[in-house]
Amino acid sequence: MPIDILMPALSPTMEEGTLAKWLKHEGDSVTSGDVIAEIETDKATMEVEAVDEGTIGKIVVPEGSEGVKVNAVIAVLLGDGETAADIGTETPAATPAPAPAEAPAPVAAEPAAAAPATAEVPSDPDIPAGTEMVPTTVREALRDAMAEEMRADDDVFVMGEEVAEYQGAYKVTQGLLDEFGARRVVDTPITEHGFAGVGVGAAMAGLKPIVEFMTFNFAMQAMDQIINSAAKTRYMSGGQMHAPVVFRGPNGAAARVAAQHSQCYASWYSHVPGLKVVMPYTAADAKGLLKAAIRDPNPIIFLENEILYGHTFDVPKLDDFVLPIGKARIHRAGNDVTIVSFGIGMTYAEQAAEELSGMGIEAEVIDLRTIRPMDLPTVIESVKKTGRLVTVEEGFPQSSVGTEIATRVMQQAFDYLDAPILTVAGKDVPMPYAANLEKLALPNVAEVVDAVKAVTYTA
Amino acid sequence: MAPRKSAASAGRRAGASKSAKSRSGKSAKPAIGTEIAEFDKEQELGVYREMLLIRRFEEKAGQLYGMGFIGGFCHLYIGQEAVITGIQHAMRDGDQLITGYRDHGHMLAAGMTARGVMAELTGRQSGYSRGKGGSMHMFSFEKNFFGGHGIVGAQVPLGTGLAFANRYRDNGNVSIAFYGDGASNQGQVYESFNMAELWELPVVYVVENNRYAMGTAVSRASAQTDFSQRGVSFNIPGYQVDGMDVRAVFAAAEAALEHARSGNGPIILEMLTYRYRGHSMSDPAKYRSKDEVQKMRSEHDPIEQVKVRLLEKGWASEDELKAIDKSVRDIVADSAEFAQTDPEPDPSELYTDILA
Repeated sequence: MPIDILMPALSPTMEEGTLAKWLKHEGDSVTSGDVIAEIETDKATMEVEAVDEGTIGKIVVPEGSEGVKVNAVIAVLLGDGETAADIGTETPAATPAPAPAEAPAPVAAEPAAAAPATAEVPSDPDIPAGTEMVPTTVREALRDAMAEEMRADDDVFVMGEEVAEYQGAYKVTQGLLDEFGARRVVDTPITEHGFAGVGVGAAMAGLKPIVEFMTFNFAMQAMDQIINSAAKTRYMSGGQMHAPVVFRGPNGAAARVAAQHSQCYASWYSHVPGLKVVMPYTAADAKGLLKAAIRDPNPIIFLENEILYGHTFDVPKLDDFVLPIGKARIHRAGNDVTIVSFGIGMTYAEQAAEELSGMGIEAEVIDLRTIRPMDLPTVIESVKKTGRLVTVEEGFPQSSVGTEIATRVMQQAFDYLDAPILTVAGKDVPMPYAANLEKLALPNVAEVVDAVKAVTYTA
Repeated sequence: MAPRKSAASAGRRAGASKSAKSRSGKSAKPAIGTEIAEFDKEQELGVYREMLLIRRFEEKAGQLYGMGFIGGFCHLYIGQEAVITGIQHAMRDGDQLITGYRDHGHMLAAGMTARGVMAELTGRQSGYSRGKGGSMHMFSFEKNFFGGHGIVGAQVPLGTGLAFANRYRDNGNVSIAFYGDGASNQGQVYESFNMAELWELPVVYVVENNRYAMGTAVSRASAQTDFSQRGVSFNIPGYQVDGMDVRAVFAAAEAALEHARSGNGPIILEMLTYRYRGHSMSDPAKYRSKDEVQKMRSEHDPIEQVKVRLLEKGWASEDELKAIDKSVRDIVADSAEFAQTDPEPDPSELYTDILA
């Protein structure tokens, strides 16, 4: 059976080309790998190699022909014992090769696949009456979460700069080296890109690494491993491979450390499918969510805050206090306006709510806790009640978490809104060093109060 | 991770004994890379068939690309077959493979099916990644093949992480991380070298030096073109190997795997090899002469070398080799047929496998 040699596509976008030159002629024998022709595309001149062995029986498209469509028969190859007489008078149509341009048609022709409904996220577990509440700093709560999970599962380990012998740059890993030893509490060199990749590789092999970044500012060095290796692997492998790794560390502005060390990455990571992004405020949430993150089979970005490390909150004394990732928490109930915040933004939201209460405005304060997947239903339920929404965060204002919330609430609950949604965020400037400028760059309680007054049309 | 590296041993290693160890290691045995393994008939026939499968598969992939069945980027391994084939023969069950985007050969050598790989290339539902990964992103947990990575050099820290897991579990397995001469200039490769040697991780770094990073010859991009010596400042031993001779690759891989498996930490093998085709399908290869390619093909072809030996030793006749070629072609033809007729993924697959 003679073999058709087809006009090849030589780039992802090529649809036709010029058959510039034949290097083999009728009667020539060829073996696979021989260059048989040259083709000019819009980009370059390319060589065409034979794939099969045989003799060129017929050249169908003479050299110099322009506009030869991809997949057109350009020559016919004869096998052993075949002659030109074996070539059909009508060259058979090429196999049903979809031209590259047409290839996506089957998907495009069908109705776009509907995004699956958001998975049901369970609510916080009930805390039994009489449970002792222990005042705990966020720092201790995070450490306790790691220690508990490490006790329960030998596959869990923590790695990062200064996590072991130094006891943590911010003392979050204090005591872990003593309890778990150097095998499981691993000091790394200052090499974020490298150790993030090592963590992801270890996770692909089945371990459950907690990768601490001294601050998330330095994780920009590791961005490729976080996004391209960790977040996309499950999808690219059709579900075969995944990276159950927790990247955690302080995020956002600390105090007077200026532009390179003061940035909130919540909206950055929330952009990426394949990641979960958690940003707790209270110590109890920090503990319950970090335990959940370590157990979660997905890559997690766990954004802490240096200033919050020292804040003390009640944490229930329970053997295994785990909270659901993807669930917001109503921090304070109210009927007049909804304030949504997360992480350290909650400090402004809380104080503003207190002040507003004194003015007779009762704000409902929602702590988002998880940025991705985002618990929009809880926000919308509140907005249905209040009709007004203000978001609060320290990150930059453009493409912020607040603008994302505003967009989605506008799309899904427009009819319930009695005022435009206002977003309170950090200013659109790199973080300055000078104390007065730094204060101006961050959001403050007065801005939140003003925003609430504006959406409630209060003088 | 410092289980085998107490403060005391760290101090010892920081001193002169480390370099003494390297020197004694080199003098005790013939240097890695100089040895050519003796293959028996069965081994020769085995590697012949395996390398031929990779070559025919890649030729077919190139053809299907030309016909529009394969889209996007497609990087063929033709010319480099001896590298993965020789290494695969030296591996043990449990050892892991990870590589960059020129990965079809590694997958076939790892035992992944031609049908599954080809169907992924055509973006069909039976592909290894259900059509969602493509040429550069394929994995097989079952075969310990950890990808298939599209970002140059990114697989090196990942492969180091696989070795970290082996060490953490003390399971005796070795991770083999492949990368190219181009990736050798990525910073994360050296970050990995540092940690691998510091923690004595069981990893073999294999540089497939095919002389060109896309269109840039090594001498135009690399201040040190002897990639086996790129680990010197980390005390990682490295050796150059004739990557066109599958027996040399095998011998070097055996020694390197033994080195890593015995707790001596990482080792680098530079495979001197050559790709016949362009960097990707749309590469006109104007940066090298046709004579150069032709000379490699005619004088150093990895498959032809085995064929000549088989015929000279009378271990196979021309007819028997033709029969092998036919059986390989049949596998490839079957995979191509399968990959063209298998359905595209269901639209619902768009939203699967994002999160667990």
